[in-house]
Amino acid sequence: MAPDGTTSLRIIGTRPIRPDGVDKVTGRAQFGADFQLPGQLIGKVLRSPHAHARIRSIDTSKAEAVPGVKAVMTAADMPDIPNEEAFVGEGPANFRDMSDNTMARGKVLYDGHAVAAVAATSAAAADAALSAIKVDYEVLPHVIEVEDAMVEGAPILHDDMFTAGVDPKPTTPSNVSRRMVFQLGDVDAAFEKADIVIERKYKTAPVHQGYIEPHACVAQYAADGQVQIFCSSQGQFMVRAYVAKLLGIDISEIRVTPLEIGGGFGGKTLVYLEPLAVVLSRKSGRPVKMVMTREEVFRGSGPTSGGTVWVKIGATRDGVIVAGDAVLKYQAGAYAGSPVGPGCMTAFAMYDLQDVRITGYDVVTNRPKVAAYRAPGAPISTFGVESAVDELARELGMDPVELRLKNAAKKGTKAAYGPTFGDIGYVETLEAVKNHPNYQAPLGPNQGRGVASGFWFNIGGESSATVNINEDGTAVVATGNPDIGGSRASMAMMAAEVLGIDVERVRPIVADTSSVGYCFLTGGSRVTFATGMAVVEASRAVVNELKARAAKTWDIPVEAVEWKDGQALPAGSNAGDFEPLSLEDIAATSGRTGGPIASTSSLNAQGAGPGFGTHLVDVEVDRETGHVKVLRYLATQDAGRAIHPSYVEGQIQGGAVQGIGWALNEEYIYDEQGRLENPGFLDYRIPVASDLPMIDTVVVEVPNPRHPYGARGVGEVPIVPPMAAMANAIQDAIGIRLTELPMSPPKVRKAVDEQTAAAEE
Amino acid sequence: MAKHHISTTINGEPVEFLCNTEQTMLDVLRDELHLTGTKEGCATGDCGACSITVDGRLVCACLMLGVEAEGHAVETIEGMADGDKLHPLQQKFLEYAALQCGICTPGFLIASKALLEHNPDPTEEEARYWLAGNLCRCTGYDKIIRAVLDTAADMRGAS
Repeated sequence: MAPDGTTSLRIIGTRPIRPDGVDKVTGRAQFGADFQLPGQLIGKVLRSPHAHARIRSIDTSKAEAVPGVKAVMTAADMPDIPNEEAFVGEGPANFRDMSDNTMARGKVLYDGHAVAAVAATSAAAADAALSAIKVDYEVLPHVIEVEDAMVEGAPILHDDMFTAGVDPKPTTPSNVSRRMVFQLGDVDAAFEKADIVIERKYKTAPVHQGYIEPHACVAQYAADGQVQIFCSSQGQFMVRAYVAKLLGIDISEIRVTPLEIGGGFGGKTLVYLEPLAVVLSRKSGRPVKMVMTREEVFRGSGPTSGGTVWVKIGATRDGVIVAGDAVLKYQAGAYAGSPVGPGCMTAFAMYDLQDVRITGYDVVTNRPKVAAYRAPGAPISTFGVESAVDELARELGMDPVELRLKNAAKKGTKAAYGPTFGDIGYVETLEAVKNHPNYQAPLGPNQGRGVASGFWFNIGGESSATVNINEDGTAVVATGNPDIGGSRASMAMMAAEVLGIDVERVRPIVADTSSVGYCFLTGGSRVTFATGMAVVEASRAVVNELKARAAKTWDIPVEAVEWKDGQALPAGSNAGDFEPLSLEDIAATSGRTGGPIASTSSLNAQGAGPGFGTHLVDVEVDRETGHVKVLRYLATQDAGRAIHPSYVEGQIQGGAVQGIGWALNEEYIYDEQGRLENPGFLDYRIPVASDLPMIDTVVVEVPNPRHPYGARGVGEVPIVPPMAAMANAIQDAIGIRLTELPMSPPKVRKAVDEQTAAAEE
Repeated sequence: MAKHHISTTINGEPVEFLCNTEQTMLDVLRDELHLTGTKEGCATGDCGACSITVDGRLVCACLMLGVEAEGHAVETIEGMADGDKLHPLQQKFLEYAALQCGICTPGFLIASKALLEHNPDPTEEEARYWLAGNLCRCTGYDKIIRAVLDTAADMRGAS
């Protein structure tokens, strides 16, 4: 039964082939770098070789003289816009900072920061022009690590940054942009009740989202001021809004056409190239195509924060957690705005605590400005808290799943960040782990088992959908959210479910900004929930119209018509005796019954159900090499209702594996000058197929009452638990608690050596 | 310097193109021949998104010069389906939902086809090591490996 109790579901929960699938397995799908316009120029960016430097001057005259060069730009070609807060993807930011990040003004703040750009008739001419630009830098002292940036006397990135959230207001500038505190109850008093207290500091490395498709766009600025942008992003409306703001162009002048997106994970919720391509096109009068190299992706985009996490938790001897305290210091990169806020809010959200306090610091350093990455902020704080909870379980001699069950947040639990949870499925994910065969699988020498859980809010937000019934009874569903991992399939399935027709008869498209109503970007695990809700509402409105047309045809009241299995029927014997009218029948005659049949729904979806997951991993540690091999991996998660179970499993598996990479290998390596030494996939090592076993999933379904079919977001939760689960498994395998990511072979080997030396003493 | 005139075979068709010495086969395919199914993820041979075969051998198109195609037979993703009939690997990738964003998919399909031509009955471990040169950030590889092994089983059954 559907949650609305009307009909059983025919399509939701099945696994049809995705509508964009054939294009993607045949090479026909057009991604960011695959698009071109006639007469286009190639645009390229000159990037800073320094971590921190004042720009004394930029001389572009020689570059402009290079044959084939049609435009050269610097920040002087962009409006110098004021400080203005904005909502960016999943966190707050500032348009002045965003402008400076796309093109440095006055100072460069990290290795890879854009300082100029050119457009030329060939890539070779563009490269020659970049080499001909002379930038006079005054190199300044730099700071890379978050705690170094917080000490007295550290190099200051922004003279106008004074720490917000402290009293009294500071009078000297600082690299700490903001301090925040989330608090419930009386934490210090609550620790008095604890029999056992665990206190520990953990550290994580910044990691890149690692999408395989580099950023790419084509922009055209026409003589009448009309701007067209074709690009891959997590939101065509986001690109439109940011380009308008950064360049001072009216939104109505800009049309953004989304191309297929080759992965984003949060990293494409910003603009980097688009404003530059528009300026270069304006200056040259030609379309401009820009594509980042992989090195530019690493040096100039993403990553997410690294940070330190100090955690203190206390429990009674019978395993009741009575207090939690945490201090989080997250690096934001070169401009304020790390995800430390959500890091704080998610830190203890899995637990039913009366007394809890989380303090967060947002800290700028000479690294690329962080971008959202899958559950931004949560994996970092959760690595600390879920490692500490494991240590607590060991101290108590309690099974770590039982300890979590005993303290789990459930319906009615008030979270430290404010809300009281409604229907949530955390306990169900823990039970699913307990009931899985992996939980009892035998372990050999140097093998260990770890468990950890994770939480993500999930969001709703503004979405629009249009459903058009074609004259043959098929349908087109247009939405404005880039399909990053199969969402078109979900949209088509929800529409088909409501319309009562086969999913193959619904064609879902991702429309450009001038062809569909506003949609907030693809992020926050919101599309299946929020845009899905718009699709369902528009489809229901279409069904009402179809019923009205049948009523008109039969000359009976519309209340006497019901819609079932894709056809209109008289709602009972009193309604009259009529042959059913199918969607095809009604569509074919729509011209005579009132015209085309279509509906649009625009809404602001509320009530995204929070998501919880629990992961169980078995590892084997090679004490000689320090290599950690993943033997088994189980991820359980509450999906509310899996619309297309294969893509729900895929989200869980992909998120878990990103977390494994974060746990074991991924990190940025800087030299003493603050230059990134590993800007490529050879030295920045993301997981490959031979690193991994199959990733087992159990999808539990505790329906979200606010979605027509019970769906809740699933994309972000699965990256939250893996780091702690891996650390807990390594502890179980070799008796060593690792507190710093990545737990790469050199670090594991060093810890084993220290353990051996200590044993010999 | 004058461009080179290259005669080659791509997906069974004779093809001639002009290229500069420094242009990679990937540049030629994408920029000169507009065969954009072969993707660029890194241009340094680390991600496998530009996998093609040359005389049946699996290579990264970004590590090969366009001029090296002279007289050889190149296969790309555009040649994998037989008209509108998908290759069994393509069909199985769809059934298994072995792709999310799809940017790495052409490379995985070409590399998987080369695997099955080389070894029609790979173990899971053999498939994982063969495909270790192809990066996917979305799927965690689970459904890709299952799709490849299941295709291998089907193709053995059919032959």
